[in-house]
Amino acid sequence: MGGQPERRTQTPLAIRVEGCARTFPDGVRALDRVDLDIRAGETLALLGPSGCGKTTLLRLIAGLDHPDPGGRILFDGEDVTALPIERRRVGMVFQSYALFPNMSVAANVAYGLKIQGMAPDMRRARVTEMLEMMRIAPLADRAIDQLSGGQRQRVALARAIAPRPRLLLLDEPLTALDAKLRDALRVEIDQLLRALGTTALYVTHDQAEAMALGDRVVVMTHGRIAQIGTPYEIYHRPAGRFVADFVGLMNRIRGTLSGDGVRCPGGIVPLAAAGPSHRPAGARRPGDGAPVEIQFRPEDAVVAAPGQGHVRGTVTASFFLGDRVRILVEGVGTTPLTVETGGRIDPLTDATLAAGAPIELRIQSAPLAPEGEA
Amino acid sequence: MTFFTAFWLLPMARLALFAADGREGWAAYLTVVTHPRYFESLVATVLLSAAVTAATLVTGGLSGVFLSRHRFPGRRTLIGLLTLPLAFPGVVVGFLVILLAGRQGLIGALSQSLGGSRIVFAYSMGGLFLGYLYFSIPRVLLTVMAAAEKLDPALEEAARSLGAPPLRILLDILIPGLMPALIGAGALCFATSMGAFGTAFTLATRISVLPMAIYTEFTLFADMAIAAAMSLVLGLLTWAVLALARSATGAGVAAAA
Ligand SMILES: Nc1ncnc2c1ncn2[C@@H]1O[C@H](COP(=O)(O)OP(=O)(O)OP(=O)(O)O)[C@@H](O)[C@H]1O
Ligand SMILES: [Mg+2]
Repeated sequence: MGGQPERRTQTPLAIRVEGCARTFPDGVRALDRVDLDIRAGETLALLGPSGCGKTTLLRLIAGLDHPDPGGRILFDGEDVTALPIERRRVGMVFQSYALFPNMSVAANVAYGLKIQGMAPDMRRARVTEMLEMMRIAPLADRAIDQLSGGQRQRVALARAIAPRPRLLLLDEPLTALDAKLRDALRVEIDQLLRALGTTALYVTHDQAEAMALGDRVVVMTHGRIAQIGTPYEIYHRPAGRFVADFVGLMNRIRGTLSGDGVRCPGGIVPLAAAGPSHRPAGARRPGDGAPVEIQFRPEDAVVAAPGQGHVRGTVTASFFLGDRVRILVEGVGTTPLTVETGGRIDPLTDATLAAGAPIELRIQSAPLAPEGEA
Repeated sequence: MTFFTAFWLLPMARLALFAADGREGWAAYLTVVTHPRYFESLVATVLLSAAVTAATLVTGGLSGVFLSRHRFPGRRTLIGLLTLPLAFPGVVVGFLVILLAGRQGLIGALSQSLGGSRIVFAYSMGGLFLGYLYFSIPRVLLTVMAAAEKLDPALEEAARSLGAPPLRILLDILIPGLMPALIGAGALCFATSMGAFGTAFTLATRISVLPMAIYTEFTLFADMAIAAAMSLVLGLLTWAVLALARSATGAGVAAAA
C-alpha cells in the first residue's frame, strides 16, 4: 500500500478442503460436505447470503473449528485437520476488528511477533514497516478506543500480516464501515493482497466486493457451494437461478422458439442476440415451438428509437441513480424487466420515461435456456 | 437528601461522638489501633478478608470464565448450585462449616477413619476462611460470568491465530479484559468479609475478628466508646478499599456490600 511493497518471503500456500461438513450440537447443519481448492497465491472470495455457512467454512480452514468426521483440510498437501489454529500460521481479520483494547496500536501489531519470540529491535522494525504499509504510522502510540472504524481495520490488517502468515483469512472486514470508506479500503486491501502474494480467503455477502477482490469467487447457499468461477464467469455464466439473482439483477423473458427468434408477448427477440458463447455448454438447440427462456442483465438491453427495438413494453417506473437511470418495464414477458441507461436523462422531466409511456428495447446479448432451467 | 441526613449522617456523627465521649475521650481511637488485643483483631480481620478475596477471585474467576465459555448438559443446574450460598444467612453458613469441619464434622470423621487424628478447624481462622469463601464465591462467579460474556470471543481467537498459547491468552487478553469486573467483585468480597457477623458469631469462639470484638465490647463490657471507635475504623477501612477500587476501575462499584 503506502510504503515499500512487501517482499515475498515464502512460496504461497495451496489449500484443499475435502468433504468437510459441519453439524452443530443443536443439530444445525451449517455446512454440507464441501470440497474446495484454493490455489497458491490467489484471493478467493466467499460470497453468499447471511447464514449460508461462510463463517463456518472459514473457521474450519482457520482451525478455530473442526469438520465432522470424514472431512479433511490440507495445507500444501499436508493434513492439518487436527492442527489447532495456533500452529497453522494463519492471519485473521474480523468484522468486529477484535483489537486488544488493553494494548496500543503498535503493541497490537507487535503481539504476534512477540509470541514468536522475535528480538525486540527486529520486532520494532517490522512493526514500523507494517504501520507504514497500512499508512497508520502516526497512530502507533494511540489507544484502540481513540481510533475510527477505518483506522481500526487498518490496525487489524497490520496485526494479521505482521507475522507473515501463510494464509490470510478475512471475515467481512468492511461490513461495519460506511459505504465510502468501504470502497476506499477495498481498493487498498486489493493492492495489499496483490503485493503480498499471500493466499487469501475473503468472506463477504456483498457481491460487488467479492467481484472486485476475488481472483475467483465461490458462491454459497444453504451450506453448499453453488458455483466457483472468475467474477466474469459467475456474473455472465451463472450456474443457476440462485447465482444469477444473487450476483446481480437478471431479466427473464419466457417465449417460444420460432425460426430465428424467440416469440414473446412484447415481440420477437432474434436468436443472434444470444451469443454462442453464452449458450449452456453441450445444450442442443431445441426445435421450433419449444418453450424457452431468454436471460439478460439490465445493461444488456438498450432503449431503442421507435420502430428500431426488438420488443415493445410500457414503462412502470424509472429511477435516477446518478451514474445511470434504472427503468422498470412491463408487458414484454410475463414478469417485469429492469433495464439501465446512461445518467444523462432526467426521468422526472423526460416524458419518454414517465410511467405508462411506451418503450422499445434492443437486447444485445442474452443466453438462451430451455424453460425452467438455469 | 433529608433521608441521607436522617439515616446516615446523624447516626454516624453520633457514633463518632460516642467514641469521644467515653472515659478516654478521642484517645479511644488511638486505643483501638495501639492496644494489642484490638489491634490484633483488626489485623486478623484485614488479613482474613484479603486472603478470602484473593482465593475467591482465583476460584470464582476461573470457574466464571470456564462457565461462560462452555456449554454442556447440566450447566444451568451447576450454576444454580454454585450460587445457592447467596440465599443463606451468615449463621447458616457458619453452621454448615461446623457440620463439615467441626468436632462431629465430616472432615474429622474422614481423617480419623483414614487412620489419622480428628481434624477440626471449624472454630479457627481456617473455618472462618472456608465460611467466607463459601458465600463470596457466588458473587464473584456471577460478576465474572456477566463480564466474560460481554468480552468479544474474537479477541481470544485473534490471539490464538497469532500463536498465543492458553496461558498467554489468560494473561494478555482475559485478565485485562475482566479487570474492572475483578476489581469490583474483589472490593465487594473484601467489604463483605470485613463486616460479616453471622458466620463469625457461630464460629469465632476462640478467635477475634473485628465485628465480633465490637459485639463483645458492646454487650459484655458495655464499653460503648471502644465499640464505636472500632466500628468507625472498620467502616473507614472498608470504605477506603471500595473507594480505591472505584477509582481504579473508573466506573461505579456499589459501596454497599
Ligand atoms: N455455534 C453454532 N451453533 C449452532 N449453530 C450455529 C453456530 N454457528 C453458526 N450456526 C448456524 O450455522 C449457519 C451458518 O452460520 P455462519 O455463521 O457460517 O453463516 P454466515 O454465512 O457466516 O452468515 P453471516 O453472513 O450472517 O455471517 C447459520 O444457520 C447459523 O445459525
Ligand atoms: Mg459470517
